[in-house]
Amino acid sequence: MPLLDVRGLVKHFVRTQGLFQPPAIVKAVDDVTFAIEEGEMFGLVGESGSGKSTTGRCILRLLEPTSGEVLFRGENVLAFSRSRMRLARRDMQIIFQDPYSSLNPRMRVGDIVEEPLVIHRLGSKDERRARVAELFELVGLEPGHLARYPHEFSGGQRQRIGIARALALNPALVIADEAVSALDVSIQAQVVQLLVDLQRRLKLTYLFIAHDLRLVEDICTRVAVMYLGRIVEMGDTRALFAQPSHPYTRALLSAVPALDPDAPRQRIELDPSSFNREAPLREIGSGHWAAI
Amino acid sequence: MTEAPLLDVQDLTVSFAGAQSTVTAVDHVSFRIAPGETLGLVGESGSGKSVTAFSILRLLQPPGRITGGRVMFEGRDLLTLPERDMRQVRGARISLIFQEPMTALNPVMRVGDQIAEALTVHGMATRADARRRAIELLQAVKIADPVRRVRDYPHQLSGGMRQRVMIAIALACRPPLVIADEPTTALDVTIQAQVLDLMRELKERFNLALLLITHDFGVIAEMADRVAVMLKGRLVEEGPVRQILRDPRHDYTRSLLAAVPGRKARG
Repeated sequence: MPLLDVRGLVKHFVRTQGLFQPPAIVKAVDDVTFAIEEGEMFGLVGESGSGKSTTGRCILRLLEPTSGEVLFRGENVLAFSRSRMRLARRDMQIIFQDPYSSLNPRMRVGDIVEEPLVIHRLGSKDERRARVAELFELVGLEPGHLARYPHEFSGGQRQRIGIARALALNPALVIADEAVSALDVSIQAQVVQLLVDLQRRLKLTYLFIAHDLRLVEDICTRVAVMYLGRIVEMGDTRALFAQPSHPYTRALLSAVPALDPDAPRQRIELDPSSFNREAPLREIGSGHWAAI
Repeated sequence: MTEAPLLDVQDLTVSFAGAQSTVTAVDHVSFRIAPGETLGLVGESGSGKSVTAFSILRLLQPPGRITGGRVMFEGRDLLTLPERDMRQVRGARISLIFQEPMTALNPVMRVGDQIAEALTVHGMATRADARRRAIELLQAVKIADPVRRVRDYPHQLSGGMRQRVMIAIALACRPPLVIADEPTTALDVTIQAQVLDLMRELKERFNLALLLITHDFGVIAEMADRVAVMLKGRLVEEGPVRQILRDPRHDYTRSLLAAVPGRKARG
């Protein structure tokens, strides 16, 4: 049984367009289905507006999906009551992109990391404090800096604080939503290495949402490509990057600048009329699916 | 470099005075750009690459202050030029493309008028003529239906189209040098590819020299002839793009390249 099994997930936003016009429906997530096995690093890639972040938020019910099922260890979390959902969130955590706006500037960083434990009423004060110190060490922060405020830390350190907070409740699934996108490349490499190390040590499962295809190619075992609310291609990272089959995947991969100045530049322009947007995913190779 | 340089930056030094201490953001930086050449200036946040660009155009805001060096351009030192003459350089001889077109464009002015303004301000065209030129420029940056688009406001355009408008404004006066500060960083990768292709084409067509500031080695590999690497206000390495990417000499350049994702998979 997969750890996370998303079936037919739909999220529509209704946008009013003025007094005399009918409201428009934006299909941000339009019938998305995928499953993540325990211990996987699953990449969800796409450009702005593809619906990748909305998908992540719907899984945690930070946004309420319009329809579909989100099975976590076989149970549909969309049917959970509020209190049951709160319990389920111990197992499913999220790391956000922006290390500047996602940490409360008026709280000491030790309290920020401890807060999930307090909310879930776990442990005594001393036990919580010990856990926070342990988490600080785990993510490579000085336990001596617990009493400092977020503004005293660099972007990379703040992202480590966000990671420590996400790990406080010992989750099984971590959704990393552009978790390293805002960081400088050398800091990014360190935080990515931390995420990979933590996965091994804590047997974490990741849904890694990103727009950086090179990064996803480096660290994810499987990847799904989203375009306008739908998954257009999904498969083992190596197979998908070696043989992209959907016209959008091909255009996307061909747009990534090569690091070799002499690499032939063969941009593939996307011709939206060249494929059927309604086509369902079908298996085109072992574990390789494309909506063609 | 056999040709005389178009831009010759010598020992440029910029300081930011704080309450207690003074920070040297750019520390004796020197480089040259030949006509038609693209120099990629790379570095991480705080390395001083954008401060360098702003200093060349003397657009630095206090407490930043140029404390030394020379910026030779077309035979004159821009750092000693009277402000009135400097205004004739900015936009007309050296123009600037920013990362975020939404903040760089005037939101309440039609894009055609913004392009026309770039021309009339420098006396490069009459008002009537400027409108026609604006349409030509939108055509040059490959905006479909330019006759209609000149009347659009920035918010009616997509991010990629806004960046094209920025490029049209930058090219309006046919400057020999363009400074582009992270011109494609805010764009999606497919849009970035289109804008880079466009910039390469326009560079050829107008024989533009380009100072390209970026943190992305992929963009460098696609665009630059030479690369200069900045670290904490200093140039630590400079050379032809192939040498820097394949055989970097400085430890910092090596570590920076090693951190770029996508090298693992392709070896």
